[in-house]
Amino acid sequence: MPHVDDPHAGRSATAPHGRLWTWLDERIGLGEIQALARKKEIPLHRHSVWYYFGGMTLFLFTIQVITGVLLLLYYRPSAEEAYESVQFLMAEVQFGWLIRSIHAWAANLMILTLFIHLFSTLLLAAYRRPREITWVSGVALMGLAMAFGFTGYLLPWNELAYFATKVGTEITGAVPVAGKFMLRLLRGGDEVTGATLTRFYGIHVAVLPLVATGLLGLHLFLVQRHGMSVPPTVERMTEGRRRAMPFFPNYFLRDVVGWLSALAILAALAAFMPAELGTKADPFAPAPIGIKPEWYFMFMFQTLKYLPAHIGPIEGEVVGILGFGLGGAFLLLIPFLDRWSARGERSRVFIWIGIAIIVYVIVLTYLGYTASPTQ
Amino acid sequence: MSGPPMTAVAGIAALVLLSPALAAARAVTSAPPSDRVAAPAGPAARPVAPAAAKPARDSCATCHLETGDDRLANPVKAYAGDIHLAKGFGCTACHGGDPNEDGMEAMDPKKGYIGAPDRRRAIQVCGRCHSDARFMRQYNPSLRVDQVTEYATSVHGRRLREQNDPRVATCTSCHPAHSIKPPSDPASSVHPLRVADTCGRCHADAKAMAAYRIPTDQRDKYRRSVHWKAMSVKGDLSAPTCNDCHGNHGAAPPGISWVGNVCGQCHSVQGELFGRSAHARVFTDIGVPGCVACHDNHEIHETGDAMLGLGDEAVCASCHKPDDKGGRTAVAMRGLIDSLATEHDGARALLTRAEHAGIEVSEAQFDLNGAKDALVKARAAIHGVTVDAVKQEIDGGLAIAAKAHARGVRALEELRFRRTGLAISVVIIAALIAALVLKIRQVDRRQAAGERQA
Repeated sequence: MPHVDDPHAGRSATAPHGRLWTWLDERIGLGEIQALARKKEIPLHRHSVWYYFGGMTLFLFTIQVITGVLLLLYYRPSAEEAYESVQFLMAEVQFGWLIRSIHAWAANLMILTLFIHLFSTLLLAAYRRPREITWVSGVALMGLAMAFGFTGYLLPWNELAYFATKVGTEITGAVPVAGKFMLRLLRGGDEVTGATLTRFYGIHVAVLPLVATGLLGLHLFLVQRHGMSVPPTVERMTEGRRRAMPFFPNYFLRDVVGWLSALAILAALAAFMPAELGTKADPFAPAPIGIKPEWYFMFMFQTLKYLPAHIGPIEGEVVGILGFGLGGAFLLLIPFLDRWSARGERSRVFIWIGIAIIVYVIVLTYLGYTASPTQ
Repeated sequence: MSGPPMTAVAGIAALVLLSPALAAARAVTSAPPSDRVAAPAGPAARPVAPAAAKPARDSCATCHLETGDDRLANPVKAYAGDIHLAKGFGCTACHGGDPNEDGMEAMDPKKGYIGAPDRRRAIQVCGRCHSDARFMRQYNPSLRVDQVTEYATSVHGRRLREQNDPRVATCTSCHPAHSIKPPSDPASSVHPLRVADTCGRCHADAKAMAAYRIPTDQRDKYRRSVHWKAMSVKGDLSAPTCNDCHGNHGAAPPGISWVGNVCGQCHSVQGELFGRSAHARVFTDIGVPGCVACHDNHEIHETGDAMLGLGDEAVCASCHKPDDKGGRTAVAMRGLIDSLATEHDGARALLTRAEHAGIEVSEAQFDLNGAKDALVKARAAIHGVTVDAVKQEIDGGLAIAAKAHARGVRALEELRFRRTGLAISVVIIAALIAALVLKIRQVDRRQAAGERQA
């Protein structure tokens, strides 16, 4: 943040903006914001395109907040009423179908852009000093986004959601030591019931948004604080050879083009493939064949299916869960493990690790949708 | 399918083998004297509780297995899977004798040994236990104990009693001795899926049936019926097989006047309506078996609306003409059924189209089930052969179908609205994007010019 001795210093330069501007500037310091926006620059290089995905994720998150609040006006979080309230919203409420469909699709697109944003950051080693906390907050936000997806998926209380949640929470139960406790904590009992629905609802609309807002604030503050990271090769260039673009309006306008494109895609998806409701959950009905989680959990789900019943003395599922736990911890700690990048050198090892993770996720996700459900 | 039947005859199977019961029965003598070995020629005493009947030795099985003669050894081997052995009964329970004796003394008639009972005697042997409610209650309280009584009323039993016919079925004909299993066991000869084969062993054998001059195509016809399809393809073991219509132990062909009662066991609404209809009386008068007249008996096919009316496939046309009252009634009923079927299908198609396009119409689809129900009721109502009763059901169904149709039309209008809305919003967004792109170029050019000047 630039240090400004006189909070109204920028005002004289922007006086021609009119009385309202002046009035606001005196109170909230518009001039400072303007000066900041003018000062902010976006580096230009051959990887600049990846910068757009952070903003795109933020845009989709905003859509989630807006549509989520609108859904709250009609949704009733109980096993008796949840399905019916969503059904009513879809069938009777003007544009209710559109709001729900956009909420469902934007969630998926947001996680996709978040993945792209995260992995581009990883491959460009943008997590290196001094952006370690930016990376950690970003990885935590990814975890939150997945938690948003997991808890939100159950809320319509339909058959698929019910059984997917049952399977998902069962996996939590396999965690050593604390598994049983976590399972009961998540479900609000031994089984997935109305208590689970109410719990997931509370987490989805209150706990996660609160934590996400705080983390997002920190993440954006740090991005602003450190500016955009550039790849080490660009960083080593002399000042004169580096190219940049003003954030406002040049980059911002480009950002808006991306957002509008995302909006058009969302509208098309909502109109041609509206979110389905399916049949109401029946805890006593047998689970339908081929229950699958949301696509962003598929690689983990498929991995657990491939693991043998026992690996040495430990259950295969437990090994898998521990593996993913360690994987998450490794991802979180990458900035502190990658010594090469910290020294400004190119870190081949971590680039290959990043590529390996991407390939692994893509292949396992693909197998999850194509392999036989019994494999 | 009946559960009791086969277990009833089950006792027979226990005849040849291991022998715990008799000696113990004699020792304990808890049964009344009449139940015990009455005479040298009489059947073995009714066994007591299996625990008490467990013999210290079992010479029957030992000798029969050691002889090397399959005729003697096979019953012992087969009995290993018999329900009676599982309940603790050995050879002597049916055959008598003394398993504690070695050699031929074990088969001393003085010790109650009766050898292999003939067909007639088998009924007595089985009935000794299976007709005793107090005794059977210890093993299977829900099992009926009237098999022998019922058998006496059956065609099989009457022929055996009145004509001493040696070929009629007795207990062991359907419940093979030494390998009797409960009807719930898929390997049992009286499991629902195997009953037709069990009956067909005799009834589908032209040679065996030649003397009785009865058809032998019942099993094959049944195999083409909707009932067999329900059982074998859909896995509905409650679907009828031979014994559900003919009885099992009291097996007999249904009479003309009460065939409706037989079908009415399951098709109760149709049976009741038919019973009150003009058809019921007329059919009885002219000697036509009720339901069978239109639906056949063993080869009952899936019904359809084409059976009604005077069309090519209509069964009504075999008796009625277009200008008689019955013919007019048939045509009117068919017209009503067709009208609701058409309306229902049309509404369903509209709603399905809307559903596939992503419109939420599940409530309308659920409501439309009411029209389907009305159609089912109307199809049942035709058995009463009155147009008014059918019309009453159809009118209710038509009102429901009309509402669902209107909701389907609204849903498709909504779909068009969505598509149009999408097209308009995409055009607006595209225009905004185009404007932004132009603005970006302008900003870039202005900036580049500024830099050049600088």
